[in-house]
Amino acid sequence: MPNYTLNINGKQRSVSADADTPLLWVLRDELDLVGTKFGCGIAQCGACTVHIDGVATRSCQTQVSILSDAKITTIEGLSEDGSHPVQEAWKEIDVPQCGYCQSGQIMTASAFLAENKNPSEEEIREAMHGNICRCASYNRIEKAVKVAAKKMA
Amino acid sequence: MKTKINTNLNRRNFLKTSLLASGGMLIGVNFLAACTSETKMPVDIANLNFNDFNAFIKISDEGYVTIYSPNPEIGQGVKTSMPMIIAEELDVEWDKVNVVQGKLDTKYYTRQVAGGSQSIRQGWDALRTTGASAKQMLINAAALKWGVDATNCTASKGVITNTNGDKLTYGDVVKEAAVLEVPEDVKLKDPKEYSIIGNDAVNVDIDKIITGKPLFGLDYKAEGMVYVSVLRPPSFGKKLKSFDASKAKQVNGVIDVVQFGEKLKAIESQASGFTRITDKIAVIATSTWAAMKGKKALIVEWENESKLESTEFHNKELDAILNSTKFNTRREDGNIKNAFAKADKVIERTYESPFLPHNTMEPMNFYADVKPDKIHLVGPTQTPAWAQGMIAAAYKMKPEQIHIEMTRMGGGFGRRLYNDFLLEAAEVSSIIQKPVKVVFSREDDMAAGTYRPAIKYRIKAGLKDGNVTAYHLKEAAMNGNMYGLIPNFFPAGCIPNYKVDTGNYKSNITTGAWRAPYTNFLAFAEQSFFSELAEELGKDHPTLILELLQNVKNTTDKRIEYSGQRMEDTIKLVTEKSNWGKTGDGVYQGFAAYYSHNTHVAEVADIVLKDGYPIIKKVTVAVDCGIVVNPTGAINQVQGGVIDGIGHAMYSDFSFNEGKPDYENFNKYRLIRMQETPKVEVHFVENDKSPTGLGEPGLPPAGGAIANAIHKALGKRLYKQPFVNDLKKSAVLG
Repeated sequence: MPNYTLNINGKQRSVSADADTPLLWVLRDELDLVGTKFGCGIAQCGACTVHIDGVATRSCQTQVSILSDAKITTIEGLSEDGSHPVQEAWKEIDVPQCGYCQSGQIMTASAFLAENKNPSEEEIREAMHGNICRCASYNRIEKAVKVAAKKMA
Repeated sequence: MKTKINTNLNRRNFLKTSLLASGGMLIGVNFLAACTSETKMPVDIANLNFNDFNAFIKISDEGYVTIYSPNPEIGQGVKTSMPMIIAEELDVEWDKVNVVQGKLDTKYYTRQVAGGSQSIRQGWDALRTTGASAKQMLINAAALKWGVDATNCTASKGVITNTNGDKLTYGDVVKEAAVLEVPEDVKLKDPKEYSIIGNDAVNVDIDKIITGKPLFGLDYKAEGMVYVSVLRPPSFGKKLKSFDASKAKQVNGVIDVVQFGEKLKAIESQASGFTRITDKIAVIATSTWAAMKGKKALIVEWENESKLESTEFHNKELDAILNSTKFNTRREDGNIKNAFAKADKVIERTYESPFLPHNTMEPMNFYADVKPDKIHLVGPTQTPAWAQGMIAAAYKMKPEQIHIEMTRMGGGFGRRLYNDFLLEAAEVSSIIQKPVKVVFSREDDMAAGTYRPAIKYRIKAGLKDGNVTAYHLKEAAMNGNMYGLIPNFFPAGCIPNYKVDTGNYKSNITTGAWRAPYTNFLAFAEQSFFSELAEELGKDHPTLILELLQNVKNTTDKRIEYSGQRMEDTIKLVTEKSNWGKTGDGVYQGFAAYYSHNTHVAEVADIVLKDGYPIIKKVTVAVDCGIVVNPTGAINQVQGGVIDGIGHAMYSDFSFNEGKPDYENFNKYRLIRMQETPKVEVHFVENDKSPTGLGEPGLPPAGGAIANAIHKALGKRLYKQPFVNDLKKSAVLG
């Protein structure tokens, strides 16, 4: 299997994997970064969202072989200690129920807010539409994104 | 004022204490039954076992409290709310409490399940008594130290005070307290004194969740573990004929391919009805991806074993049941035949729902390490005790040789009550003699489900002199039928001539409990029907329900499950808070009220039309669940339940063609998403009644409330879930 050097959360990480291996499984199985979740495998649910060069990206549909120059951020690297404004807002609003989809929700929200500092409610709902929460904590996700936007302003 | 407890827990044997070798006091608590006199308490934390106790509480010499909770956490919030109840009566500050998921061993342990919204309801008395007993022991220890009477001492926030003004902390007396008798007849707080219960406590796992720490079954790893992807028959009714694994074995990372299923067949009687008993193929690999890739490379021949059923066939069978006279009568009052004959008008409607997969966000998975003398299992299950029994039988071991650890679950909704995934993991591990992790893909998860059964209801009512005088509900279901309690829900007791009949078709498609089993669909059918009856009688829907409820208020019928008064209070609260009937132009409201899982709920949905399309803007909810233990968690449960109910009523469809599910992933199967969600405003009926659960009751009324609102907006009645199909057909939705 070929070797790849990836820039993940500011560190160079070396992995051996088939070229078509999704980043999701490299993170989870090879690098023990299990915060990025498996939900559907076809980029439909958003549980596996990471940032690639700052853009919210579905890691289940991103092959490891195309990432040699990319800067990858996972939930583990969003902040040192859970202090990113989106993480703080998630805690303040007590968003999670089961919690499984929430790292993907947080990664989508943080990439969105980095681009849009003062989003309208409609923009928030559109930005978060791609991430499924099966417990349907949607009201709180929406509220937490608003709170995070204020924190980041 | 203090209330004296009056329960069958009022005896010392439901809790025991010990002095820990490392310092501090350990309390073992058993919520639902007494411990035997032989029950021993450990003296060190490393040896906690949950054989005889439901939970352990440690009070350290510094006064910190650790609660080891073995309760399965599936997102319903009990890992936070149950310890809150103990902390309240123990009278410590909530921020000094640490909650730890007990590494549990389910030896002899058969009492704890996540399901039915029952954890809080059943734990309420025991949890409070535990906290209060420990507090009294600490007070007694302080009183002995001071040489004063315990009645002259009080405790609050971890500090004991006497009438002389002396103070001792819990930590100061914990060693002495640990060796005292467990007091009987402890006094519980009046709800007015609560300082933890009724206040928001954030999810105890929040920091781990928001930083992506390993928490879930899928995150669990162990030394030497290999990954397994299982190929199961593609259709219900097919079985394995032969397979060629040569290509699969060439995939990088694939270690082996094995056929299995013998163990499952051996315990068929214990697993029947829930699990596909069949030969399967396991692809074993060094990574999840390699295992999944290897599975795709398998060349397999299947053969027919039993009938290949399609949705069309199911519909025909269900209709045939409804048109037949072959029913089990679940409840019968008065004489419906006479009442229908005398009625001014008889109305009959039929309601339909599809099978539904659970679709937990974390797909099914389990870790197993089967050794000749012990079995270690780790992962998400709602029923560890059942799993232990089946594994013990299959591997001819004693229960104590089987060690099960539960992880936080990425959703349950009933799917993880059934342990097919765990049985698969164990069998593959036993064959290859390695620790394994079985991981379902989403396609595996959706196509090898334990589905909510497809059901049809036919409801018939007789109206006479402006009243509902007869009510006959017939249920036709795939496999199971509604639970015995449900026929005693509303409108039982409200209508003099009343009958509930059920019949079923035995399908080879596996079915089981799905969040708010049966009522998740029944509530929609019933409350849509009552909306039609109200219209026919020229009455407002909630007014009609309130009128009917008067008939059950003073009932002496012990079978009646719900309370007329509590339902009335809930309905009145929701009509007030939603401005029922007083909204401006362009807002269309639908109402539904439903009692399930011991909780009364009423909902009003507000719909507006945008370009002729109905948009659900808001749902106002009133809930009577008694005392609200953790408001933030309670609101989250209700909001989630309502939106989940709307999503599945509105969008989620499922069907079979020749035994094969037509839906396998979220590209086709539709779950509700952010832009489709209304704001859900939750109000609680305030009272001091014992708390009841909230994981399920918010869901059932939601479908009825939106269907009734859509009727107001468009003049169209909906009879079939998901509504989106009918709305598309009539060009209401694109």
